[in-house]
Amino acid sequence: MAGLGHFNYWVVVILMMIGFYAVIARGNMVKKIMGLNLFQTSVFIMFISAGKIIGGSTPVLREGVTVYSNPLPHVLILTAIVVGVATTAVGLALAVRILEAYGTIEDDELIDPAEQSPDETQPGMSSGKGDTSA
Amino acid sequence: MNIVEWLPFSVLVPLIAAPVCALMPGRTVPWLLAFLAALTSLLITAIALPVLWQGEISYPFGNWPPPIGIEYRVDAANGLVALLVAAVASFVLPWARTINNFEVPERQGIFYALFLLAFAGLMGITLTGDAFNVFVFLEISSLSTYALIAHGWDRRALLASFRYLIMGTVGATFLLIGIGFLYMMTGTLNMADLAERLPEVRDTTTVRAALAFIVVGLGLKLALFPLHLWLPNAYAYAPNFITVFLAATATKVALYVMLRFVFTVFGYDYSFFALPLTGILLTLAIAGMFAGSWVALFQPNLKRMLAYSSVAQVGYMVLGIALATSAGLTAGILHLFNHALMKGALFMALGTLFWRVGSVRLDDLSGIGREMPWTMTAFALAGLSLIGVPLTAGFISKWYLIIAAMDAGQSWLVALIVITSLMAIYYIWRVVEAAWFSPAPETRTPVSEAPLSLLIPLYVVVAANFWFGIDTRLSVGGAEAAARALLGGSP
Repeated sequence: MAGLGHFNYWVVVILMMIGFYAVIARGNMVKKIMGLNLFQTSVFIMFISAGKIIGGSTPVLREGVTVYSNPLPHVLILTAIVVGVATTAVGLALAVRILEAYGTIEDDELIDPAEQSPDETQPGMSSGKGDTSA
Repeated sequence: MNIVEWLPFSVLVPLIAAPVCALMPGRTVPWLLAFLAALTSLLITAIALPVLWQGEISYPFGNWPPPIGIEYRVDAANGLVALLVAAVASFVLPWARTINNFEVPERQGIFYALFLLAFAGLMGITLTGDAFNVFVFLEISSLSTYALIAHGWDRRALLASFRYLIMGTVGATFLLIGIGFLYMMTGTLNMADLAERLPEVRDTTTVRAALAFIVVGLGLKLALFPLHLWLPNAYAYAPNFITVFLAATATKVALYVMLRFVFTVFGYDYSFFALPLTGILLTLAIAGMFAGSWVALFQPNLKRMLAYSSVAQVGYMVLGIALATSAGLTAGILHLFNHALMKGALFMALGTLFWRVGSVRLDDLSGIGREMPWTMTAFALAGLSLIGVPLTAGFISKWYLIIAAMDAGQSWLVALIVITSLMAIYYIWRVVEAAWFSPAPETRTPVSEAPLSLLIPLYVVVAANFWFGIDTRLSVGGAEAAARALLGGSP
């Protein structure tokens, strides 16, 4: 089964595409963040798969072990997971603030505000951000 | 101790100062801490730069010799970019104090802590010699940048920040995929080591895919057309201090990382001749130059206008690099340096206007030249530099760019550079005309000139535009040394 020989990598590609699709096509910001998470997770799986050696043991120094998995990708991905969690946290925090300021987190309901309305106001006079009073 | 041992402190000092800063109450102490940290970085990089022109230096962390340990490997190219980032931070902070008291009046400790993290991240990206370390520092600076943009006064800052977060994370993940491919093929993450081992496996699809992922990922971060969509809103709605800092540093650092990967890690003969990178970059650069300048012509919001102009200016830098000659690379790096000066000065002038008027819309600013003559003069002078009038920094970079295009036998590029410069004349003139030759709108209450605490830092940066238009030892010399270092093989 040559096709299944790279099963992990097939999963990586499929997950990556699902995540990327969600980021691009979904209007809901929380769904966008979930898509982003899937996208990042697929890359994590890719790194971990690259470190695995079939028949290899855990990379701990002990008697009789000659073949062992590469621990470095695990360490890298540990860092990348932390980055991913931080990104999710910032993204969700922004989504909460957007909900407070606009009353929605659906992209379609937010008419592209940058292009349309010229209602720029002074600090403290803007709607929805009451805590920035000058 | 020699300079090699001091160099990591240009990253570590802001990184350590950040959490301390977050705990500090009030406004003065956090600002002072941020300023001192930036000044420390500036001093270290300024002392190091002459050493770097002689040759590269390497600092292994924890005394683990590379390629096992992480090292900072600094040569003329990243030395110059690091100096630029530290200098921008140090010269903008004195100006930013009054501005931030107005725009971000509360919880300034956290605000400056975020700024220090972004600053430390940018310095880290620049100095490190480890591919994965680049990704980590890129995310440190990006995450704090998202939070900083969301501090903007307008609620649209939140949307701009969210969109930047989505696009920025996708870009950084692309970079991570590319680095992953490189690691799979070579088993190393050290850039110098990668450069040595890649030639053996360079004719594989994996390495080509790695280059493609890295270029696209960094293209998102450096706002290469058509991946620039996050930039105009992020610049327009961020607090003015953050706009100045980002416009002058963030895209420049991303561009440097792309140079490092394309020229050092993959080698320019591979990137430009095994793959059609010249054609792709040249097309996108020209498209960016025209699209950015064209949209800038009609922007009612001046911050957005300058942001679109930045997209065009990134086009100039990439144009120089896409020529894949020593002269082109020099011109690209030179424009990277000079553009930071001109956009820094322009955004500072706009920030000063906003501080008085409370708006950066062209309609609200008509007639402002008579009420705030010094600020508007600074804007006009920095605008001359953006256009590329002789005796300004902008002229020097366009001169080198045109020479490089002629040398490469691409004379038609000269016409394009001249046309986009003419477009720049129009959008700068539009502001000057409105400021001096239009009556003030009745809705605006008359304002007075900004105080010296804002004008002096502003004029220091404006003066730098003229200084580097006349004395080009640092800018051109630095860019030439950087181009030599990038083309000379290992970092």
